[in-house]
Amino acid sequence: MIRSEILREIAPILHDQLVVCNIGLPSQELHMIDDNAKNFYMLGTMGLSSSIGLGLALAQDKTVISIDGDGSVLTNLGTLPTIANNVADNYILMIIDNGSYGSTGDQPTYAGKKTKLEKVAEACGCENVVVCKDVDTGKTLQAAIDSKKMTVIVVKCDSGNIKLPVITMDPVVIRDRFMKAVAS
Amino acid sequence: MSIDKKIVDDLVANDVSFVTTVPCKQLAGVIDEVEARPEIFHIPSNKEDEGMGLCAGAFMGGKRPAIIMQNTAIGVTINTLATLTQYYRMPLPMIISYRGELREPVACQVEMAVHTKALLNQLNIPTYHFHKESDADELDAILKYTFMCNKPVAILTDASFWGGYGDQ
Repeated sequence: MIRSEILREIAPILHDQLVVCNIGLPSQELHMIDDNAKNFYMLGTMGLSSSIGLGLALAQDKTVISIDGDGSVLTNLGTLPTIANNVADNYILMIIDNGSYGSTGDQPTYAGKKTKLEKVAEACGCENVVVCKDVDTGKTLQAAIDSKKMTVIVVKCDSGNIKLPVITMDPVVIRDRFMKAVAS
Repeated sequence: MSIDKKIVDDLVANDVSFVTTVPCKQLAGVIDEVEARPEIFHIPSNKEDEGMGLCAGAFMGGKRPAIIMQNTAIGVTINTLATLTQYYRMPLPMIISYRGELREPVACQVEMAVHTKALLNQLNIPTYHFHKESDADELDAILKYTFMCNKPVAILTDASFWGGYGDQ
């Protein structure tokens, strides 16, 4: 499965949660599949989905899912020790690991070569690190939500993209409606 | 009252309850004070752009954030300031040690010091420069201004403000 197929499959689970979604195609795909106020779309700033999600989870009690990519986590690798050492049990980092920089033309990442992000996360001190196959993403994510334990999920999947338009929503509108959903 | 305590008192009085820090010798006392206060959740960052991501999330979760860092971080965070903090219009007080100014012992620090105000100016970031200890009297007003206008605001604190570099 490719990322857009996974997002389509888990959309019913994501629908009820606060989601911070990675820049580029992941946000465009989620926007197309199930746009709603509980989605925070990143329009720029590659690498910070996990940091924004962790800050949000630490600031309030609702479950937060950061959807990230292997390339974006590699960009902000310092995020993993910060996550490990500031446990928020309402936080799930879901890394869609397709071994490539999807939004820029599927150039290979080091995660698609020798680097294993799940082992990096464990070495950084993350306590609940789960690796799953693309077809098992839904049940793995639901189990992580139900566990009420901070979890890092590494979803191994195929690289590949679908064509779809950019998000034209104003960033302040995205942020404002998201904050109202957080506070509701 | 120590200047470290005064700065953190102003943060607490303005309901700042989520502070991320990247260490600096000059700001060590402030960081210790942030860590000691029960009203503040202190989360050290590994890099300043990561810290700004944490602050963005905390703000959307209903907390007032702040970041404490060196001026070298302006070079690290320009993209984050432009495409996250400013683009989504979020407030962020940045308490910055202004290395490379008068009394600086490390020549390399001057290399970013000469760019610091120009970069902040280019980004249209309101910038305040604390040179004498009494300049910190404005911190309370600066924090209120930051959360009024929902912008990143820079507070540069130079070596003269901190009383030099001690034994260096």
